[in-house]
Amino acid sequence: MPRAYVPQALARQPWQVILPLTALVVFGGAVLYSAAGGHFQPWAGMHVARYFVFLVMAMLVARVPQDWFKAIALPGYVVLCVLLVLVELIGRIGGGSQRWLNLGFMALQPSELMKPGIVLVLAWFYNTLPVGEIKGWRAIVPPAVLLGIPAALVMLQPDLGTALAISFGALVTMFLAGLPLRWFIGGGLAGSIAAPIAFFFALHDYQRKRVLVFMDPESDPLGSGYHITQSKIAIGSGGFLGKGFGNGSQSHLDYLPEAHTDFVFATMAEEWGMIGGLFVLAVFFIVLRWGLNVALRAPDRFSRLLAAGMVTTIFFYVCINMMMVMGLAPVVGIPLPFLSHGGSSMMTNMLCIGTIMAVDRWSRPARSGLL
Amino acid sequence: MKQKLPMTSAILTNRFERRAFVLGMGQAGVGLLLATRLGYLAVAENAKYKAASESNRVNLSLIPPRRGWVLDRMGAPLASNRADFRVDVIPDRLVDPDATLATLTKLLGLTADKVGDIKDKLDKARGFQPIEVASNLDWDKFAAVSVRLPELPGVIPQRGYSRYYPTGAAVGHLVGYVGPASAEDYEQEHNPLLITPGFKIGKDGLEKHFEVRLRGVPGARRVEATASGRVVRDLGTREDVPGKPIQLTIHGGLQDYASRRLGLESGSVVVMDCQTGDVLAMVSMPSYDPNSFSDGIGRIEWKMLAEDDHVPLRNKVLRGLYPPGSTVKPMVALSFLEAGLSPDASTSCAGGLRVGNRVFHCWNHHGHGTVNMAKGIYQSCDVYFYHFAQQIGMDTIAAMMRRLGLGQEFPMPYPGQSYGTVPDPAWKLRKYKKEWAIYDTVNATIGQGYMLVNPLQQAVMASRMASGMKLMPRLLLDPHPPRPESMGFRQEHLDYIHAAMNEVVNGRGTAGKARLPIDGVQMAGKTGTAQVVGLNIGNGKGGQWKHRDHGHFICFAPFDKPRYACAVVIEHGGGSGAAYPVARDVMTYLFDQGKALAVLEEFEKQWGGNVQQRMAAKYATYAAQFGERAPAAPDDEQASEVVAQDNQPVPEPSTPQTDAASPAPEPEPDSVAAPAPAAAANGSAAASSPTAASAPAPAPGH
Repeated sequence: MPRAYVPQALARQPWQVILPLTALVVFGGAVLYSAAGGHFQPWAGMHVARYFVFLVMAMLVARVPQDWFKAIALPGYVVLCVLLVLVELIGRIGGGSQRWLNLGFMALQPSELMKPGIVLVLAWFYNTLPVGEIKGWRAIVPPAVLLGIPAALVMLQPDLGTALAISFGALVTMFLAGLPLRWFIGGGLAGSIAAPIAFFFALHDYQRKRVLVFMDPESDPLGSGYHITQSKIAIGSGGFLGKGFGNGSQSHLDYLPEAHTDFVFATMAEEWGMIGGLFVLAVFFIVLRWGLNVALRAPDRFSRLLAAGMVTTIFFYVCINMMMVMGLAPVVGIPLPFLSHGGSSMMTNMLCIGTIMAVDRWSRPARSGLL
Repeated sequence: MKQKLPMTSAILTNRFERRAFVLGMGQAGVGLLLATRLGYLAVAENAKYKAASESNRVNLSLIPPRRGWVLDRMGAPLASNRADFRVDVIPDRLVDPDATLATLTKLLGLTADKVGDIKDKLDKARGFQPIEVASNLDWDKFAAVSVRLPELPGVIPQRGYSRYYPTGAAVGHLVGYVGPASAEDYEQEHNPLLITPGFKIGKDGLEKHFEVRLRGVPGARRVEATASGRVVRDLGTREDVPGKPIQLTIHGGLQDYASRRLGLESGSVVVMDCQTGDVLAMVSMPSYDPNSFSDGIGRIEWKMLAEDDHVPLRNKVLRGLYPPGSTVKPMVALSFLEAGLSPDASTSCAGGLRVGNRVFHCWNHHGHGTVNMAKGIYQSCDVYFYHFAQQIGMDTIAAMMRRLGLGQEFPMPYPGQSYGTVPDPAWKLRKYKKEWAIYDTVNATIGQGYMLVNPLQQAVMASRMASGMKLMPRLLLDPHPPRPESMGFRQEHLDYIHAAMNEVVNGRGTAGKARLPIDGVQMAGKTGTAQVVGLNIGNGKGGQWKHRDHGHFICFAPFDKPRYACAVVIEHGGGSGAAYPVARDVMTYLFDQGKALAVLEEFEKQWGGNVQQRMAAKYATYAAQFGERAPAAPDDEQASEVVAQDNQPVPEPSTPQTDAASPAPEPEPDSVAAPAPAAAANGSAAASSPTAASAPAPAPGH
């Protein structure tokens, strides 16, 4: 082994992913440092520190045996559902919508954890489902219930973005599990009929307005369209090379809303230009390709579905957030993984990474000893 | 076939791999889409977004230009600017309007009615229009607001210049006022200056007419500012270019004096220079105070003005129409002279004239005995004019009236002059499809019936008769005025008329008390009393204010070398006795200011102070009585509608008149009541009369 002098526990980590990811997070830290007007407080320092804490957590998760994953899939799911109900109750009592539980050191959003949670429970379910049943109702009804409960609870909060993320992760897992295509085609048709109905009856006014304004941001330049317009101005004015570190007028003069969370990509692109944007895209490409490769190389059905579902969860964050900031999707509150400031989202994404790392580990030939 | 195949793990794995590949391709596709979009925004559209970002970053705040001054003929300001501290709010930028307004109320000590006014404006205004909260603040209040600015988004305190009219109400109708641009103004002229806090445009009068000249060029301050408007740093300032001044022919002191001298009456005074036509004073009272109008019309002020039956919003000089009464007699006499009538031709007045089977009365029912032209003028004998007007004919008289300016519109910088009516047979046929009748001539020769004139026309008539020159009223001072051409009257005719008019004041005439207290200066004049309602309703002297006769007086001085001409109209003054003392004192001011002011001060003691003091007292009464319960003041558009209504000329009677008007009695030299008590009585009658003012009614025909 050429790397014999490196401890095996370290050498076996997937450095080809961890290094680009770390670079992305440090880059995110720089963007947050600038967004805070050249200060590590309150965002940049915390952002990078959290990453390293959660990286250690991911490495620990990676060492968890597959049986443990299977064992906690259903109980974990139940606990998350209970937490979602709890959040709803507390929100009711507190008056107004609340999405998090205060744990003291961080605000925990159960709906965030539900994103990997739903993937895990579905992977477990399809793994236990007898192979022959995949075409029958047993393959579709229980997962639909498993998805329906948390999705409904999150919609109640109301948090459309997270509900969509949970549903997307679950549906892709079901797709990969091998459900007959006609379900998805039929579902797609049903969805395209239900969407307008949902738009008029299920969505809240502010959500409906966001969708309408997305269609035509100029219709409301000072209201909801303001976010999209200002974000596009930030990205567009950055040009190819950007305005330079610390020179983003859109973020520094408060034109860009949520410059350190949902719209952090715009903050970045204003100062670092298209180059910075391509760098971010490249890192996500590396991470997601690695994840899919791990899924393809995975030894069994459970780990395959688990890894691919986690990739999908991360992908959904990236896709929706970047489409939103560039004016290709309505404004939904979804942060950009590894760049946006926020503990819950960082934890979820690092859980996904850790899980993929675990799958990666399972697919290697077993070694003797704990290390 | 396919369905029958048993499902195996291998098939599922294969299916997973295929579907994962599709998924991977889909993700890569999205990645490519995002990269393309990024390139489109950042590179292809870069210029557009760069500009947008720059316009976000750099805040160009305009500095309202200082408005050009309006000067009187001596160069003293009628309208100037004074530095002041002001606070505006921009509705769009308010986060919590109620809380912000409550804070401002506390900091600035706003009264309840003022807060109500601001709330009304907040409700009505478009979001981008700045709304004035307070102006003319002292430094402490201004500083108190400035210090708390971070918690008051949308509030803009600034130091700037505001319009100042030193003589207040005296120049209200003359100069007009300024105010914030309305949404309509902004739609017409998409100039960001119009929605700059503190900028005002001319709303009425000269301020409106000369807007372009007075406005100037705004300065600009370039700052880098946050989205909420907090200034980060200054990038540069450009000074404003003040508007150009305009200099009027107005004599500021005289204008102020005349407006004060009108006292409690509703009336007009016009003074003209007999050599150039320069308008030295043009007063319509009561008026509004352009200073407080320019700060925005408050609800109490509006209620006060709207309920005043003296119609303070009407510029009576140009838009009030009155039957001129006997003031037309010197002019009618001049037309007789021109037509070849000998001034010594006389008739006998026995208190009336029988024409056919009807009797036309003279105002003096006892009769004047033998009357020649001079006596006809100075005693204002109606029978003399009835008699000879029938001989000469209405066409000749009407031509002279038009020649002297009646029925004419003059090129004055005010919109919508009411130019009245000079009736003649052709006009009546056109208007009513009726033949001219003898009683029409009778009515016209004593300035009743269809005849309607405005006070400016009366002044022009006086000045043209005085000078014999075709004077045009001029308001803008020209250092080299064109020499007016001659009217073409024979000097001996003019001398005769002048002498007769001199007799009115300084001899055996109807206005002996109008004699000027100046040695060596004799004033010539002519009284006029115009009936408002028929004798069946009131005798024109007492009773309801609105039923009293209008008082007229035209005059010029010195009578033998005319220098100044003047016309005074007192609405419902009860006759010419209310008008000529005003004319006398105004003319006195031109020759001896001290004497005139001494008289005025005596009057103002009886009237309860000067114009400002009386308006302030009335405001205080209204504020105490109604406070914020007064109905909301109208916005600009509504206000101008109401003003337009007030300014509507009297409509010509829709049905032809069928009889002669009975002439109203002229005051006799010895039986004139002192004007001051009469004026005071008018004032109290006005205050107790709740009805809204309406246009003066013409004399009915029976």
